[in-house]
Amino acid sequence: MSIKSLDPRITRENLPEEPDSKPLENIHHWQTYEVFHQTKKGDRHIHVGSLHAPNQEMAVILAKEQYSRRDKCVNLWVVKTADIFSSGYENEDIFETTPEKTYREAGGYKVMDKINKFKKERKQQSN
Amino acid sequence: MKEFNELNDKKTTAIKDLLYRLADDQLILGHRNSEWTGLGPILEEDIAFSSMAQDKLGQSQALYQLLHQIGEDDPDTIAFTRKVNEYKCCHLVEYPIGEYNFSLMRHFLFDMSEAIRFNMLGSSSFEPLAKISKKFKGELKYHTMHAVTWINQLGHGSGNSPAKIQASLDECFPLALGIFEPSGYEDILIGEKIFFGEKELQEKWLEAVIPVLKNANLKIPDIKNIKASYGGRKGIHTEYLKPLIDEMTEVYKIDTKAEW
Repeated sequence: MSIKSLDPRITRENLPEEPDSKPLENIHHWQTYEVFHQTKKGDRHIHVGSLHAPNQEMAVILAKEQYSRRDKCVNLWVVKTADIFSSGYENEDIFETTPEKTYREAGGYKVMDKINKFKKERKQQSN
Repeated sequence: MKEFNELNDKKTTAIKDLLYRLADDQLILGHRNSEWTGLGPILEEDIAFSSMAQDKLGQSQALYQLLHQIGEDDPDTIAFTRKVNEYKCCHLVEYPIGEYNFSLMRHFLFDMSEAIRFNMLGSSSFEPLAKISKKFKGELKYHTMHAVTWINQLGHGSGNSPAKIQASLDECFPLALGIFEPSGYEDILIGEKIFFGEKELQEKWLEAVIPVLKNANLKIPDIKNIKASYGGRKGIHTEYLKPLIDEMTEVYKIDTKAEW
């Protein structure tokens, strides 16, 4: 008996109802590439995802339909995932900073007093 | 004045015949290629091939719309209700999808012809067609880039890839030559500068596909000794077209007045 499906493409393949399934582990997988998408010439390329491809030419061809068929795109970059060097989550703590360093932030500088003083002085001068 | 009208009628008939040939090729191949949706060899390729199949349907719709503007029925009616022998598609697009190498080779040979054809039609004296043809340019460029990359990949592949893609080339070639079956209107189309004609298109196509095939290490079929698969342009089709049309129109025919 072969599979009878509502999908005529499946039915006409005459597939056995009990497939002779083999383990998938020996199937060769292509490497992955990371895809970067640019919406306007001069803008930065933004990472949009990854895909499988055997080489960079195929990666670009496949990336076009995966990642830019809906949004405007002027250029795509692909980079082998293996070529990405990362800081690593084990070092996530390097991004933590002591919270009390207001001098490293623009908001840490109170300048409104000086600005108001300057404005007042100029007003007096022009009077 | 009578002569002028007669010429005009002949010209309109020639344009309609051309548009039907182009649109039917795209509709039928678009439908065929969409049969890979969900069954493609890998997810990424499945999405790319399905998306290109949708491009084909969109392009055929634009051409059916143009036919409607010059007096034919609305696009859905002409796409879905004609008799099999009223379709003007070539045999290449009718064949079942086969194995993926067959579908890829057909996609390569057909879309290379389309890219050249619509580039030529970009300067057609029939302005609405020239305008539409220019709009197809980007999609067709991607389709041929995709096809050329794959053919090159498989031609240089390991294992049985080169032998399989060579076998598909040998199988597809007589069918592909059928794309260029001359219509009964070649003289008027060329004379009126509507289209350069199938003969010139075939020459340009050979100039374009042969270097790609050679580059992919494939053996070029002996063109002089191949019989082109003609008949499609005259409504004589392979046994594969009718089941395709029955399946394609199955839902439409349940309720032809339904609003989608």
